[in-house]
Amino acid sequence: MPRILRINTRTKEYTFEEPGQYAKLGGRALTSRVINKEVPANCHPLSAENKLVFASGLLGGSTAANSGRLSVGTKSPLTGTIKESNSGGLFAHKLPKMDILAIILEDKPAPEDEFSTLFISGDKVEFRNCADIMGMDNYPAHDKLMQTYGDKMIAGMIGPAGETLRTTATIQFTDPYKRPARSAGRGGVGAVMGSKKIKAIILDADTNEKVAAVDADAFKDSRSRWVDILRNHPVTSQGLPGFGTAILVNIINEAGALPTKNFRYGQCDHAADISGEKIAETIQARQGKTTEGCHVGCVIQCSQQYNNAAGEYVTSGFEYETVWAFGANALIQDIDDIAHLDRLCDEKGIDTIEIGNAIAVAMDGGVIPWGDGKAAIELVKKIGTADPMGMIIGNGVGFCGRAFGVERLPLVKNQSMPAYDPRAVKGVGVTYATTPMGADHTAGYGVCQNVLGVGGNVDGLKKEGNIELSKNLQVATAAIDSMGLCLFVAFAVLDAADGVQIMADLVQSWTGQAFSTDDLVNLGVNCLKDELDFNARAGFTAADDRLPRFFDTDPLPPHNVTWGITAEELQGAKV
Amino acid sequence: MGIEIKCFATLAGLEPENAADYPVSEGETVNSLLAKIGIPAEEVAIIFINSVRSFADSPVRDGDRVGLFPAVGGG
Repeated sequence: MPRILRINTRTKEYTFEEPGQYAKLGGRALTSRVINKEVPANCHPLSAENKLVFASGLLGGSTAANSGRLSVGTKSPLTGTIKESNSGGLFAHKLPKMDILAIILEDKPAPEDEFSTLFISGDKVEFRNCADIMGMDNYPAHDKLMQTYGDKMIAGMIGPAGETLRTTATIQFTDPYKRPARSAGRGGVGAVMGSKKIKAIILDADTNEKVAAVDADAFKDSRSRWVDILRNHPVTSQGLPGFGTAILVNIINEAGALPTKNFRYGQCDHAADISGEKIAETIQARQGKTTEGCHVGCVIQCSQQYNNAAGEYVTSGFEYETVWAFGANALIQDIDDIAHLDRLCDEKGIDTIEIGNAIAVAMDGGVIPWGDGKAAIELVKKIGTADPMGMIIGNGVGFCGRAFGVERLPLVKNQSMPAYDPRAVKGVGVTYATTPMGADHTAGYGVCQNVLGVGGNVDGLKKEGNIELSKNLQVATAAIDSMGLCLFVAFAVLDAADGVQIMADLVQSWTGQAFSTDDLVNLGVNCLKDELDFNARAGFTAADDRLPRFFDTDPLPPHNVTWGITAEELQGAKV
Repeated sequence: MGIEIKCFATLAGLEPENAADYPVSEGETVNSLLAKIGIPAEEVAIIFINSVRSFADSPVRDGDRVGLFPAVGGG
């Protein structure tokens, strides 16, 4: 059975342990249990008492489609809450092939100590000098790591933002195309890695144990039906591969829910210029790639490679949220500027949502003009340096609001909102308010039922039905995150009568342990309970579940709706 | 005065030439409109009339803006 690898970053000692109390857990359920059990809830996130956990899901290492997502857990320096940040890339499927269920980084080195790279090979962990890549952007640093460790190595690494402990810092992971383009993006997990002075974790390509389903025949049957479910749903088989996630720009704009100019309006005049359709057209004209997967075994293929006008690679994983944050919320119209900003965020190792919103707040505060893409690029380039402006922007929306005297701050628990205005998409608004993560769309994606007509229809402009909707989605999402599945499988599962049963069958046949649909639901419920318990002990109360006041006082055009759900009512969305 | 029709994603090629000012008749619904334009109803998954989620039997009136989408998702 895969083991837990604990690494003390101060003493440089490590142990491989039997999973013990963490057996039968995976992904987010595992990271959140470890953090809740082992980290003092009131510790400072950058202190030695905090831990950083990397875990594959219950289906990690398997050949089930779309099962290679990674959970990164910690106490967040951005929110002060528990955090699970989820990423694609090759890391999650690799861990079980090294007989590892999870890696836990503990303690922290002395202030005078240098950063290290951790090289994990066989049953050995080496702390190696990384002076040659310190301060370097992620793409060139990743190239250097490939020169040193071979081009099949798999890395999880921090950029200059993580090294300098910015609260928007990501951890970037090697993708199938030898690029550090996949990101555990939200909540500043990269700053926690930086506080432990680990520049990169390298998984040795040469350690590659065979893994197999315990019940091979049953697994094969379930896997085949699973692929059918994903390949037969129009969203996962046509919409996402055809246009990428930015296909949402036009529809959320049409719905009057695309937050524009720092959450002032629900529609953006230049939406067509930054739409998924426009991006796909540009990619094709420049011989990029409109479809690619973020991890081996993905059959949805929503990622892409975006090239510049000269046909040279600029970025991949060019997501709807990124395009929206810089394009609609900060009013930048030039899609090439937005692509450049996306690449810069991956280079510095920063969350595109938090930074896009921080740029909008900088514009609101008069630091740079609205819509000025070139000025935004110059600001983002400062992140990870000793420049005070870079320090401010790199600490996200809440910090920028104080620095620049801006009152309109779209925050919950100090994490800024993604690309759906909660006044017009109340199902996801309830999730922003009540998820243990701070404002996070992926924690309970009510956009499905409010806008996309997937999994039923619930009116996003009205309160009715949305609290229950968000609660059910939060449970399902926590389960999906714990199995290591890509959240986008939910589009297909919500419309397939046997979807949940097949997911449970996959887990049961892969692990050889009884796993019913009830177990699946309980996996999600118990994960949320761990997270809510941690947050309560960290001092969070129902009062922290409110949206900022301006969502109640300022009607959102074109529907002219306000929020109108109280913190008391919102408690109904929690398990 | 007619209606404005916007077709998105895979439906873009089916947008009529006079989409900016498309004539509608008395009692028009989304369904009758799709038939008139020649858009297969099964390809239309999401419908907005004046930015409000609408359905196949929703009435369409002069001055409306109609947005038509295939099944899409993301996020």
